[in-house]
Amino acid sequence: MGYQIPREAADQLFGWLAEHYEILAPKVFAGEGCFSDTDVTRYGTVRSLSEIEFDKKSDYSFKEALLPVNETLFYFTEDQETVPAAPGKKRLVFLRSCDLHALKRLDAIYLENGREDFYYKRLREHVLFVLIGCPESCDTGFCVSMGTSQTGDYDLYLKISEETVWADCKSEELKAFFGRLPDGTCAETAVSPEAPSENKETVTLPPSFSEDILSNPVWESYGSRCIGCGRCNFVCPTCTCFTMQDIHYRDNAKAGERRRVWASCQVDGYTDVAGGGSFRKTQSDRLRFKVLHKICDFEKRFGFQMCVGCGRCEAVCPEYISYISLINTLVKEDA
Amino acid sequence: MNNEYLPFPSQVKEVIRHTDIEYTFRMGFSGDVRPGQFFEVSIPKFGEAPISVSGIGADTVDLTIRRVGTVTNQIFEHYKGSTLFMRGPYGNGFYLENYLNRELFVIAGGTGLSPVKGIVDYFSDHPQKVRSMTLIAGFKSPSDILFREDFEHWEKTMKVIRTVDTAPEGYEGAVGLVTKYIPELSVTDPARSAFVIVGPPAMMKFAAAEVLKLPIPEENIWISQERKMCCGLGKCGHCRIGSTYVCLNGPVFNYAKGKYLVD
Repeated sequence: MGYQIPREAADQLFGWLAEHYEILAPKVFAGEGCFSDTDVTRYGTVRSLSEIEFDKKSDYSFKEALLPVNETLFYFTEDQETVPAAPGKKRLVFLRSCDLHALKRLDAIYLENGREDFYYKRLREHVLFVLIGCPESCDTGFCVSMGTSQTGDYDLYLKISEETVWADCKSEELKAFFGRLPDGTCAETAVSPEAPSENKETVTLPPSFSEDILSNPVWESYGSRCIGCGRCNFVCPTCTCFTMQDIHYRDNAKAGERRRVWASCQVDGYTDVAGGGSFRKTQSDRLRFKVLHKICDFEKRFGFQMCVGCGRCEAVCPEYISYISLINTLVKEDA
Repeated sequence: MNNEYLPFPSQVKEVIRHTDIEYTFRMGFSGDVRPGQFFEVSIPKFGEAPISVSGIGADTVDLTIRRVGTVTNQIFEHYKGSTLFMRGPYGNGFYLENYLNRELFVIAGGTGLSPVKGIVDYFSDHPQKVRSMTLIAGFKSPSDILFREDFEHWEKTMKVIRTVDTAPEGYEGAVGLVTKYIPELSVTDPARSAFVIVGPPAMMKFAAAEVLKLPIPEENIWISQERKMCCGLGKCGHCRIGSTYVCLNGPVFNYAKGKYLVD
């Protein structure tokens, strides 16, 4: 159901939503970027529409709404294990089409690959997704190439201006909030999400790669510049790896917790086994491992490509290793 | 919904010392388990480590643990009269049905003997279920030999070659890498043979190459891969090789598929 609402009424409606839900959305954190005097756009809790960054793609993806950077699995006290309670409030997560497609990848790993994940599932079941449209393509995205530029799988779509808000609401639960608006403020109208029809960047993946792909020289030429910082993994909406971590408290060594923390396949230690063995020792091998997962190996297992073309890894790399140019070179050389 | 991450406490029933740094912990466990599967074993506040099953009893599983990391150090320091925390078993393990009525050859390097020991134990107790059984087990040196008492028992029911890479002068047992003894194996019917090869990556690679030369068809060879496995549940990603998750699809692979796994 589409609606057109004056901004003031929409702000009121958002206030009601904020009482019922924890709203996670991209926000600008002024001065908190990697370098001095730079901003970063990442996810945080918001209580008003004006806090949300609608115009610019977030530097970090929505995935932390479902997979916290570090998540306590349980607490130990002596020999007792206590699982922390699930968050009390349901969540509303604002995200773009590429990220909503990434959700399908997270679900594949956490709900379909082996047994269902307790912690992911209990969060996932209580999240509603609010789509932010993309009137035009971002700089580094190639969502059109990856088929992720449009989606209908949202609970609510919102487009805002200073005077007006347009919404398309698919969730019965959320429609009830629109019903509470004073008569005459909520006009029914057809609203469909804005989506780019083309990107500046294009990637064309072949149906499959040759067997020689593993030894293609592109891995060495791009990988030799990689410093193994792992930022590409942490901004990626589809990277899901974690490492287990046990800690005990400094003031009481008998109590502690087991956590899982985000892990990067580009960083030393990712493959270390007890006794000193490790696999993929060079950055080139690690780059191959990651890129082929995104555009080949995941697809072999689940039937659809992992990469959603959000272009965040392209933008974040401190060594300016272009993921897009890597793939395009690889595709050309492998043909 | 079941929370797979929660470990259960398990009593240490018995400890068998093999070397200074390798002990077998006999743990209380009743449930289905196969040789080659593994448990995530933990000491709360120190961490978890994947440990393969090295023996299966009526209500116990054996875990042969080498003291080489944070968690295993703690296990060695604190095991006395205590409990360890476990979850599992995980992975596919070895299906004994694959080896029935075959000429079975088990080739193991070092602690690689742990995941295959359940196979050796089973066919040692049921020798009539295979046409013949041969074990080649290699260790670095005489002081690294594991399961000494079991070897004495196995020698009664199967052909055993227990070799060490290097030995001090005067050592009377076999010396040399396991690959040295593979060409000497006599296989009556390669089509009805089965080879299980487990050990460090380089050992498996060269042993498989020797076995293929015998010649043995690829599909009659099984290997088991060791990788970092934080969850054992197909989630953490550390053990993935290409489109394969070692914790879910392995750690045991038929060589016809296993040879395509490139890290």
